[in-house]
Amino acid sequence: MTHVAWIIPLLPLAAFGLIIFWGERLPGRGAYVSIAGIVLAALASLAVLGEVVGGARADLTYAWAIVGRRPLTVGVLVDPLSAMMLAMVGVVASLITIYSVGYMEGDPRYPRFFAYFSLFQFSMFFLVLADNFLFLYMAWELVGLCSYLLIGFWFERPVAARAALKAFITTRIGDFFLMIGILLVFLRVGSLRFDDIFRAIDLGGFGGPVLTVAALLVFGGAVGKSAQVPLHVWLPDAMEGPTPVSALIHAATMVAAGAFLVARTYPLFFHSPGHEALTGVAYVGGITALFAATMGLVEDDIKRVLAYSTMSQLGYMMLGLGVLGYSAGMFHLITHAFFKALLFLAAGSVIHAVATNSLKQMGGLARAMPVTFWTFLAGALALTGIPPFAGVFSKDAILLAAFTHDKVLWLLAAAGAFLTSLYMGRLCWYAFAGEYRGALPALAHGQGAGHGGSPRNVGQPGAALHESPSVMTVPLVILAVFSVFLGWAEGPFDRFVRFAGVEAPPASLGVLLVSVLVAVAGWLAAGVVYFWRIVPSEDLRRAFGPVYTLLVRKYYVDDLYAWVVLGLGGPAIRLAGLFDHYVVDGLVNLTGWVARQMGLGLRYVQTGRAENYLLLVFLGVVVIVLVTLAW
Amino acid sequence: MSGLLSFVLWLPVAGALALLVLPRERVGAIRVTALATAALDFAVSVAAAAVFDRGHADRMQLVEQAAWIRSLGITYHLGVDGLSLPLVILTTLLTLLCVIYSWRVEARPKEYMILFLLLETGMVGVFVALDFILFYVFWELSLVPMFFIIGIWGGPQRVYAAIKFFLYTLIGSLAMLLAILIVYFHSSPRTFDIIALIHQKPLAQDLGLAVLAFWGFFLSFAIKVPMFPFHTWLPDAHVEAPTAGSVLLAAVLLKLGTYGFVRIALPLLPGAFQQEAGIVAVLAVIGVVYGAMVAMAQTDLKKLIAYSSVTHMGYVMLAVAAAASIAGRGALQGAAAATLGGATLEMVAHGVITGALFFLVGVIYDYRAHTRGLGDFGGLGLRLPVYTGITIVAMLASLGLPGLMGFVAEFLIFLGAFQIYPALTVLALAGVVITVAYFLWAIHRLFFGPLNTRWEVLPDMDGRERWALGPLVAVMVAAGIYPRPLLDMINLAMVNILSLLR
Repeated sequence: MTHVAWIIPLLPLAAFGLIIFWGERLPGRGAYVSIAGIVLAALASLAVLGEVVGGARADLTYAWAIVGRRPLTVGVLVDPLSAMMLAMVGVVASLITIYSVGYMEGDPRYPRFFAYFSLFQFSMFFLVLADNFLFLYMAWELVGLCSYLLIGFWFERPVAARAALKAFITTRIGDFFLMIGILLVFLRVGSLRFDDIFRAIDLGGFGGPVLTVAALLVFGGAVGKSAQVPLHVWLPDAMEGPTPVSALIHAATMVAAGAFLVARTYPLFFHSPGHEALTGVAYVGGITALFAATMGLVEDDIKRVLAYSTMSQLGYMMLGLGVLGYSAGMFHLITHAFFKALLFLAAGSVIHAVATNSLKQMGGLARAMPVTFWTFLAGALALTGIPPFAGVFSKDAILLAAFTHDKVLWLLAAAGAFLTSLYMGRLCWYAFAGEYRGALPALAHGQGAGHGGSPRNVGQPGAALHESPSVMTVPLVILAVFSVFLGWAEGPFDRFVRFAGVEAPPASLGVLLVSVLVAVAGWLAAGVVYFWRIVPSEDLRRAFGPVYTLLVRKYYVDDLYAWVVLGLGGPAIRLAGLFDHYVVDGLVNLTGWVARQMGLGLRYVQTGRAENYLLLVFLGVVVIVLVTLAW
Repeated sequence: MSGLLSFVLWLPVAGALALLVLPRERVGAIRVTALATAALDFAVSVAAAAVFDRGHADRMQLVEQAAWIRSLGITYHLGVDGLSLPLVILTTLLTLLCVIYSWRVEARPKEYMILFLLLETGMVGVFVALDFILFYVFWELSLVPMFFIIGIWGGPQRVYAAIKFFLYTLIGSLAMLLAILIVYFHSSPRTFDIIALIHQKPLAQDLGLAVLAFWGFFLSFAIKVPMFPFHTWLPDAHVEAPTAGSVLLAAVLLKLGTYGFVRIALPLLPGAFQQEAGIVAVLAVIGVVYGAMVAMAQTDLKKLIAYSSVTHMGYVMLAVAAAASIAGRGALQGAAAATLGGATLEMVAHGVITGALFFLVGVIYDYRAHTRGLGDFGGLGLRLPVYTGITIVAMLASLGLPGLMGFVAEFLIFLGAFQIYPALTVLALAGVVITVAYFLWAIHRLFFGPLNTRWEVLPDMDGRERWALGPLVAVMVAAGIYPRPLLDMINLAMVNILSLLR
């Protein structure tokens, strides 16, 4: 299997081709084809993972183009990192695709959804397998395209269309830096293959400040894709897409591609003088981890809370990679993929039932939706790092690495961990505890929750709150099992996915204890405010008025960007348009006009009348005579 | 095999003559004759590609050479290599698609078809001519039919646009004629043969004169490309031209300029080009960024696409200038080959992609909405799924999305150019970001949001339109995924051209 791993991406690609052309005529209106594609790909990925654990490796290359006299070689690479990612993407994507059968039911563009989903799966597998910057960049853009198409899946809604546009352009700004980084690497090494690049670094052919610059430029792409500060603005808006999209693309896989990119090109960062590039990665990650968590505190849209959480957790991954916690960062990527996919799917199940995203209109759902509640809780505990759920293992490893590396980073991360528990506790209590506060009775399942037009539209009066169908709850349960038990795989994972030359710091019970206490403290604080209401949230909001406003306005970053783009960009664009019309083209027309006027003027020289010519001759003679006489 | 190129070259004229004797009432026969001629011409050009030895694409093949005016050293000399063959096929393919698309043209179909066939001969002639006089004749010949196409079948401002187009490019042509004469009078033995002159390099010893000749060629080619600041004829011509005219204008006529730079200016006057390469590169990058900004300011879809051509041709010219600037230096030959190969591929890619985009504007404008204002649409994705899908693919190809043809070309251009002009390449990449923004914004305004009630009854694309666009989309995807066959051929030709620069 390892030597034919390139088949894995082609399975969902074939599904995409079938569905986009013959969607309505396929079994399950394309859904079964899509599921078949991704499940086969997942099985193949697991087979590859098994073989790679057993020691198999593969690097299959071929000449993509001949430039000048040298071939430009590219190919696919199967190693522990890519095998792990393949398996994660395969399993998570399979479950989410199955879940979508229930969630997307009744949507008028149902086949198209599965077509895009399959295209995304192809691109993501392709990204993971790339052994070179060219394929990686190609897949990188393709996952971005799929993200764009799926955020804007309900494109008739202006909010969704705008969110799609914002996501594509914001990430594309990051990709601008990534592309320059790639060109810089090629300039110095003359190859796009990671292997050649790393060898050049090892041999000393590529180093010094240029390497740091190249690494940071490459990281620019990761900042955009993984929604790190300052290119984070697109991810919360991306929640306008259908919930399975948020789960797969904007939580589990594509946004994590930024962390994967750093891991894949780790030697670029590691060998930059004094680990400078890694320090940059760590600080961007650490700041994002805390910054995103603060915004998650005041958000009322259940999916947006999870989106801020995703940004924050991606920050932890970056932080882990930046403080030499290579395995820790990657392990957090894997565990996060499972529990965050779970959280989104469970949130989708809730939205499916209550037909609103607003936490303020939920409440008491634990009784009506027990499977959703218990699985969501498992995901939340995993996310907040409560033992023995999966998150505690990966997050603690990152905190430990940060603690041994740089205390400031550790403080950022620990504060973020406290806030993580706080916003998740808030979310859980708002949604699942107390009484149902919805303005209208919710939809029964099978009404498609009005996905065709808007998932937020009002439900049908009279229908009762209802657990989701089993096609949705079974994937939740499976993901919950992963979220509970996956953490125990930490030891084998660390030995499997590792970077030579980086050793994890020795385990420290003290740091672990502090992390767990911080997490528990966060839950308790949330309970104090939102469950026991010892300090009601209204009082807090009043006491911290300016801070609250700052958080709700998202630190005014979106406003700043809007002002730059519309306030400065808009006039500049209009000016360019006017300049072209009146100056550049004006000069052209002026030339034409001058030529024409000269022609019109000179016309009187050639009137064609004999009298005029005779008059001119006579005047000429007069002039000559006068001049001669005057002489 | 000789005679194949002459056949491709003159067949459209024969078809035009046949149309001439057909009575104008027999519209059906006129259309069928035009279609048969264009289809046969395309088929023969594909046959020519089949007999073309792609392993030796660096050599001129299918060469035909015959004395024409012996006393002046003028010959009838044709041939194709890896540079010109793809452009010839691009020309015959797009002419065929234009004839298919124009099936429903009702105003003077006879003259319309005759002019398109004559235009085809002019365009193919420029790509296959290897004698300067022949080259010049075809260069001018391509101008005349387009003048009438814009002036007769164009929009409300057609006369203004046609005259502007004609005069502007004519001024360039005259500069080229002077440059040709400078080269000719310094050659010994006196010849107009392009290949012979490239090997002779008559002005190699006289840099001052070579620079003068270079600017002569430059003016002509740069207006045709068009490079900033000579581009303003283009939006006017595009907006006023009928759909098929816009398609050929963008897809093929602009390539005459870039082809001239690669085929003639670069190998014939390497010293002068090297000296002036910096200026050309700066103008190219201004074209990229400025063209993208102006494109963003447009509210007319056709104008937006016209300005996107300025940007894309800017990439090509950046690549050509980069290759010129390292003429004769061994170290960066690989970079030069990469960027120049990318430039040639971009010529073909832009022809396919922008050709498709102008067809798509026609689909919505000619027979459906009768407006091109971006603000007039919205939500078409709900009503016209096939049209929406194809347009989005074409626009994504134009903005350089991987997996589609434009990306391969742009990537190679930047990969090579960055090694020669890093700062300018970074600026050009910033232009790419703006390009992404305005195309996505255009998609947003056309297809997304709630459906404008004015368009509730628009029909989706019909069979004829799908047939005109299907092949182009297929080429975009195929060449985007597997560019090797095309790229290897182009690369050999580029290596050969670069080896001539000493």
